[in-house]
Amino acid sequence: MNLFLQQLVNGLSIGSIYALMAVGYSLVYSIMNFSNFAHGSVIMLGAYFGYYAMTLLGLPFLGGAVAAALGSAGVAIILERLAYKPLRDRRAPFLYFIITAMGASMFIDNSVIATIGPTPKMYPNVFGQGPISIGHIDIGRVDLAMFIISAVALVALILFIDHTKLGKAIQATAYNMKASALMGISPSFVIILVFGIGGGLAGIAGILYGMKYQVFPQIGAITLKSFIAAVFGGLGSLPGALLGALLLGILETFVSGYLSSQYRDLIAFTLLIAMLVIRPSGIMGKNAEDKA
Amino acid sequence: MEYILGIFELSAINLVAVLGLSILTGFTGLFSFGHAGFMAIGAYVGGILTKNLHYPFWVAIIAAGLSAGLVSIVIGRLTLKLKGDYFCIATMGFGEAVRLIFSNMNYVNGARGLADIPQFKGASLAIPFVVAVIAIVVAWNLVNSRQGRNMVAVREEELAAQMAGINVLGSKMVAMIASAVLAGVAGALMANFIGFIAPKSFNMTKSTELTIIVIFGGLGSISGSVIGAFLLTALPELLRAFSDWRLVFYGLAVIVIMVGRPQGLLGGSELTPSGIRKMLADRKAKAAFARAKAGGRES
Repeated sequence: MNLFLQQLVNGLSIGSIYALMAVGYSLVYSIMNFSNFAHGSVIMLGAYFGYYAMTLLGLPFLGGAVAAALGSAGVAIILERLAYKPLRDRRAPFLYFIITAMGASMFIDNSVIATIGPTPKMYPNVFGQGPISIGHIDIGRVDLAMFIISAVALVALILFIDHTKLGKAIQATAYNMKASALMGISPSFVIILVFGIGGGLAGIAGILYGMKYQVFPQIGAITLKSFIAAVFGGLGSLPGALLGALLLGILETFVSGYLSSQYRDLIAFTLLIAMLVIRPSGIMGKNAEDKA
Repeated sequence: MEYILGIFELSAINLVAVLGLSILTGFTGLFSFGHAGFMAIGAYVGGILTKNLHYPFWVAIIAAGLSAGLVSIVIGRLTLKLKGDYFCIATMGFGEAVRLIFSNMNYVNGARGLADIPQFKGASLAIPFVVAVIAIVVAWNLVNSRQGRNMVAVREEELAAQMAGINVLGSKMVAMIASAVLAGVAGALMANFIGFIAPKSFNMTKSTELTIIVIFGGLGSISGSVIGAFLLTALPELLRAFSDWRLVFYGLAVIVIMVGRPQGLLGGSELTPSGIRKMLADRKAKAAFARAKAGGRES
């Protein structure tokens, strides 16, 4: 029972990070209908922004998180303006968006390798030493921070989407871009907003992930997991992305806890294919047809 | 001299895989993120057959192509009905799953990889070139056949193709199998040329690199893929000194091509006498059109 609860806690904490990543990715998908494969690079840059804000500028953790969120949001918006907007203006097929995203990801990752270098960097320890024990369950301090900060960010996002005018604009554009443009909602503005929010969440995910492990140019690869989570939940659906991410996190820790960590990723990818075959629209997705 | 020969060998091997992807992505419009998975299957089948079972190279190469083809039938049946991004993500899952399966397989040394595979030497060094020529002929004939025109129709407008009586799923399946067979063959060539294979050589970056070569050469052009494969395999070798910046340049080039010149080097045209004539005629027509437009504005 203790092992079970311990795994559940670990699963929730890693799942909450997946959720931060998956939500940003899903948000962009819901508006643009393409998979932003550069999302991982934005997360990686967020981890570096946070690291340098905390070590070079000596900011406290919250300052680092804000720097990471703002920096990543800026990068995401610049990326949209420089790389995706020309394609949008040309009404290019989604294939070109995906290829451009891959190119952007390659460019950002390798720019970091070429300039900063591939050596992993350690965040300063700001949360203190030793796990927090509740009964027989140990919770790592970073894990607890991951869970709390992710939960706060995600609740704030849901409130924003459901209860503000800007949030309604995002919903309307996701539902039908042309019709909402006719109602006076600028698609360009919504797209910038969505990239900004997605980038900001990616930055927070980056700094948290970097604190749990280390910061190195390849940490963006972890977003593969958030793609899986988003597909599980249903591409383009925010509650779906959340649910998928938590389920995936819990599943992974249970597989590594009870079976073997070697099979963790294999099972995740196999489930991905199985889900796509059986129910491509995911747990909460609307439909899997091409909207175009 | 040996070094330069090596670059050409690698280019020829890459070319075989790129031609496969060119059929799938360039001519049928399906974007695969998991092609390295088919290469891995071919490489391991070829490696095991030549190393552990002592079969000759050509048997291994054919077996590698066939096994990748067989796997592609299963994968195709499962994934080809998916649209757009879903297909990309499914193939990505397939590629990663293949890599992880080989990493966990003790028979092939898991993540440490398979070493001491018999290598091409002497006369057998010609094998990659012979296979590359065969692959070019096969791909050329396929895309210029009725089947190939069906693929292009599916790429251009799936619904319209279906209305015209084209078996959309069947056309996609043929493209998928052809590209997987070529990728498998390329994998076996790679195993027997380098003599060592490891699961991590067949990760997503490998799939992306193949796709980038196809895009660079131009979607829907066999000659573009050929030129792209040779240029982009040789270029990194020439730029060894800037090795860290190579992939930076690659990434930037992809964005620039997609934004500025989406047709790539030779998108949709071929470097044959008739293809060149057609290209020149198109250019002339375009220039005449631009002149007419400018003239119209003046009056």
